Amino acid sequence: MNLFYYLGSLFLKFLRDCGGIFIFFWQSLLATFSRPFRARLFIKHMEFIGVKSWLVVGLTALFSGMVTAYQVHHALVKFGGQSVLGGVVALTLTRELGPVLTAIMVVARAGSAITAELGSMRITEQIDALKMMAVNPIQYLITPRLWAGVITVPLLTAMANLIGIAGGYIVGVMVLGIDHGIFMARMEDMVELQDIMSGIYKSIFFGAFLVSVCGYKGYYASGGAEGVGRATTEAVVISSVGILIFDYILTTLFF
Amino acid sequence: MITIRNLKKSFNGFQVLRGINLVIPEGKTTFIMGQSGTGKSVLLKHLVGLLTPDEGEIWFENKDLTKLSEKEWQEVRKKIGYLFQEGALFDSMTVGENVAFPLVEHAKLPEKEIEREVDELLSAVGLLEAKDKYPSELSGGMRKRAALARTLALHPQVILFDEPTTGLDPILQRSILELIMEVKRRFNLTCVIISHDVPLALRYADQIAFLNEGIIVQAGPPEEIRRSDHPFIRKFLESALLEGVKEGNHEG
Repeated sequence: MNLFYYLGSLFLKFLRDCGGIFIFFWQSLLATFSRPFRARLFIKHMEFIGVKSWLVVGLTALFSGMVTAYQVHHALVKFGGQSVLGGVVALTLTRELGPVLTAIMVVARAGSAITAELGSMRITEQIDALKMMAVNPIQYLITPRLWAGVITVPLLTAMANLIGIAGGYIVGVMVLGIDHGIFMARMEDMVELQDIMSGIYKSIFFGAFLVSVCGYKGYYASGGAEGVGRATTEAVVISSVGILIFDYILTTLFF
Repeated sequence: MITIRNLKKSFNGFQVLRGINLVIPEGKTTFIMGQSGTGKSVLLKHLVGLLTPDEGEIWFENKDLTKLSEKEWQEVRKKIGYLFQEGALFDSMTVGENVAFPLVEHAKLPEKEIEREVDELLSAVGLLEAKDKYPSELSGGMRKRAALARTLALHPQVILFDEPTTGLDPILQRSILELIMEVKRRFNLTCVIISHDVPLALRYADQIAFLNEGIIVQAGPPEEIRRSDHPFIRKFLESALLEGVKEGNHEG
């Protein structure tokens, strides 16, 4: 009985969160069209979510590219196909690793901070104070972050693709001794614009998704400092796992 | 004038407000008193739409506030200010920026005019020197004064104070209440104050309303409340006044 109760309440919480996050996203999106437009806040959040994440995203991409080159090379050697290393590394990065790892790193660095900041504003009644000053808190707090996420995550993904491929090049050409010309030629042969764009489209979705989840969890946080901690953990877990699940769904359906 | 009729509110099956009836007269100071956890803040939050009642009506300027949409509430909230217990100042902004915030959002004034108004409001609460400080650098009393200045910025007709003196020493409590009375006179405000402080309420209130077990058991001028024979009010007043005498003896 207790197990049923536990599973049932988990399922209800899951449904409540799904509905809540979607409504929250929708409200934030609609608030885009109400005045005043918050250009200054939008730029501030672009800096926080985008510019300040470049280093962590860049490092992740660099080492992912490098290790991918090693592992793929290890597999390709078995049937003498090392020459396609450049193409395989570039495809792996642009289609999958670039968008997914970028989004997960943005969740870890900026998403958690968004939840913690909004959660702390909630428990100190600053969000209610915004409401009391006749300001729509979602339009003020979430909408600029949503658009900052939608724009900066694809930009970071593009950067991650480039750095990751550079990492693959370093290992492939400089360490494993694959010819520069072959590495580049195979990459050009195998990677099409559609491959790059599929990753970018996914990252636009991930940007909106991670801000919606992290924003929702912080905005509705309750239970004092402990509640903010719990909300931040839930936001990071739901966003990260959600990104991987949606990556699979989007890849299967569209790309 | 705000008229509350049969207001009911439950949380998780527990009824906190069981049918509140109260008239808050215009231009007067109404103290709402009662034990902790009896729903005083819950009642106040209904008056500004931070909570929605299960049942009942709240009338203000010929409108039933319980029926308003979020957009209509935005207009009402420019007329009814709310001072949160801890001030709820934005901790990422300085005191000056906090006070300027509602003006920047709504007043559509040139920057210099906003600056002038902020200085005026901060002077009114005696906090001009703290204009460039952050809320974390302020004491509890200063935070409450800064929050009062921010609430006054939109020139509301009514201000609701959620325990404005809690956590302050007796001298600060009195100075905050005197400040509230001063701004009330100056800006011609209707004030609703939640407080546990009986001597201050008896001194400054035009009306005192006692909330017990989810209903207003009695509301009236301080003299009437002082003479009340309602058992809860008698117990509350005696406990509070006895506490005051003990403190007096201790200090003496």
